[in-house]
Amino acid sequence: MSYGTQSIHRETFVLNLGPQHPATHGVLRIKLTMDGEYIDDAEPVIGYGHRMQEKMGENRTYVKYLPNTARMDYVAALFNSHGYVCAVERLAGITVPERAEFIRVITAELNRVASHLLWVGAFLIDLGGFTPLLYTFDDREQILDLLEAVTGARLTFCYYRFGGVCNDIDDEFIAGTRKFIAHLRSRMPMYHAFITKNIIFRKRCEEIAPISAETCRKYGATGPVMRGSGVAYDVRKLEPYSVYPRFAFNVPVYPQCDCMARYLVRMDEMVESLRIVEQALEQLPGGPVMAEKVPRMLKPAKGDCYFNVESARGTFGVRLVSDGTDKAYRLKLRSPCFSNLSLFQECSRGLLLPDALALLGSLDLVIPDIDR
Amino acid sequence: MSLEIIKAKFSAFAVHGAPLTAGADTPAALPVSLVVETRHAVKGYDLDVTVPPERVTDAARLLDEAAFMLEAITGLDWIAEQQFEVVYDYTSLTTGARVTVRARLPRATPELPSIAGIYPGANWHERETHDFFGIVFTGHPGLTTLLLPEDAVFHPLLKDFSA
Repeated sequence: MSYGTQSIHRETFVLNLGPQHPATHGVLRIKLTMDGEYIDDAEPVIGYGHRMQEKMGENRTYVKYLPNTARMDYVAALFNSHGYVCAVERLAGITVPERAEFIRVITAELNRVASHLLWVGAFLIDLGGFTPLLYTFDDREQILDLLEAVTGARLTFCYYRFGGVCNDIDDEFIAGTRKFIAHLRSRMPMYHAFITKNIIFRKRCEEIAPISAETCRKYGATGPVMRGSGVAYDVRKLEPYSVYPRFAFNVPVYPQCDCMARYLVRMDEMVESLRIVEQALEQLPGGPVMAEKVPRMLKPAKGDCYFNVESARGTFGVRLVSDGTDKAYRLKLRSPCFSNLSLFQECSRGLLLPDALALLGSLDLVIPDIDR
Repeated sequence: MSLEIIKAKFSAFAVHGAPLTAGADTPAALPVSLVVETRHAVKGYDLDVTVPPERVTDAARLLDEAAFMLEAITGLDWIAEQQFEVVYDYTSLTTGARVTVRARLPRATPELPSIAGIYPGANWHERETHDFFGIVFTGHPGLTTLLLPEDAVFHPLLKDFSA
C-alpha cells in the first residue's frame, strides 16, 4: 500500500461535551465537531436549567421576587440582588442610608473574593490539578461563615432589601472580616508560589485560547474576560454606583488575552477587593441600615430604567419597566455569563480539546446564570 | 466619538428616515426617529433613541463605529397598543456612556432586521427574544430556540400567554 498517492480525506466526527460533564460546571452541552484532536466547530447548547426568571419577575410583587435574584448566579448571589434592588430603588426614588451602602459594598466584595476563590479551585481541577481546590475552599469557607452570620444564608442570600439591608453588621463580623483580610493576604504568596509559578499550569494557560479586545466588545464579554484582554472596563469605575467612588482601588488589566491573563486578573481582583473592604470597614459610618418610609406595597412610578453592577463575572444589568402597579411590567436580566459564553464558538475554533476546556474554565461560567 | 456627535448623527435619522404610515393592521401609528437626552443618574442611560424598525441596523453600525459594546436586547409586549418594542442597550467602554435604541413594531407582523452581522453577540440575544416573544429577526443566521425546548410553540413573555 502506497501512502504517497493516497488523497487525504478530512474526516470529522461529532462529540458531545455534556450536558452532564464535570468540566462544564453545570448542565451545559457543547456539540463539538472534531477534526481529530482539534475543534472544527463548538456549538454551546444552553437552556437545560431554564426557569423563566424574567416571567417570574412579572407575575409576583417586587418584594416577593427578591429571593429569586440569588438563584441565578448562586456563586456570587449578592451582585444579582444588588443590581435588582438598585434598579427598583432608582425607579421608586428610594434613598439608601449611608451605612447600608457601606455594608452592601463590604458584603458584595467579600462575595467577589469567595467567588474568585471557588473559580481558582475549579479552574485548576479543569486543568487536572486537584490540590489547590482544598486550599481555596478552606479560605472561601471563612467568607461563607462571615456572610452566614450576618445574612443568614451561605449562598442564596436575600440580604439586600429596598432601602437598605435587613440586618446590621456587628463587632464580631467586623473583627472576623479584619482577621480574614490579614489571613488571605498572607495566603496570596502561597497561591502564587504553587499555582502561578507552576510550570504545568503555565504551559496549560500561557498563550492558550487568546480572545482579542475586539471580540470581547463584539460579543459583550465583560468582567475579567475583557480585562484579561487589556480593556480596563469596570462598571465600578465608569458608572460609579453605591459608595465605590470613596475607595481607592485599581482595576487589574492584563493585555495578553490568554487564559493566564484571565487568571491573573482574578487573582489581583481578590487583593483589590480586600483593599475595598478594609477601607469600607475603616470609614464605616453609624446610623440606620434601612431607609424610613419604604412602602410595604412598593409601586414605582411609570417608566423604565437600567442599572448595572460589576458582578464577579462581568456586567450584570437590570432593565426594569414599571406600569405603576406593584409588579414589574418587564424585568430584563442581563447576565454576564450569557455573553461571555457566546464567544466560545468563535474562539474555540482550531483549538485542541484540552485547550478549549481551559478556555471554557477561564470564562468562569455559572450555568443557572446563563439559563435564568 | 463623543456623545454629542452620536446625538447629532441620530438626529439626522429623523430627517432622512421615512416616517411609517399606519397600516390597516396597525392601530396606532408607529413612531419615527426620536432622540432624547436622559440623565444617567435617573435613567441609567444617557441617550434614548427611538428609530423605525428597519433602521436598527443603521443604529448598530453607527454605534459600532463609535466602539460601543452591545450589552443586551430586550423585548417588550405593549399589548394594549398592539405593539412590540425591542430595546438595544449599548455602552461605551471608555466613557461609560449608555445609548438605548428602541424600535416599535406591530404585534401582528413582528419583524425587524437582525444586527447579528454587525454584533455577533446579538445572535444569542435575538434568539432569546425570538423565544420569548416570537419576534422575527430577518437575516439572522439561525433563529432557532435557545433557552426554550426545541419543540416549544409558545412565547412565554407575551402578556396573553398562560401556561
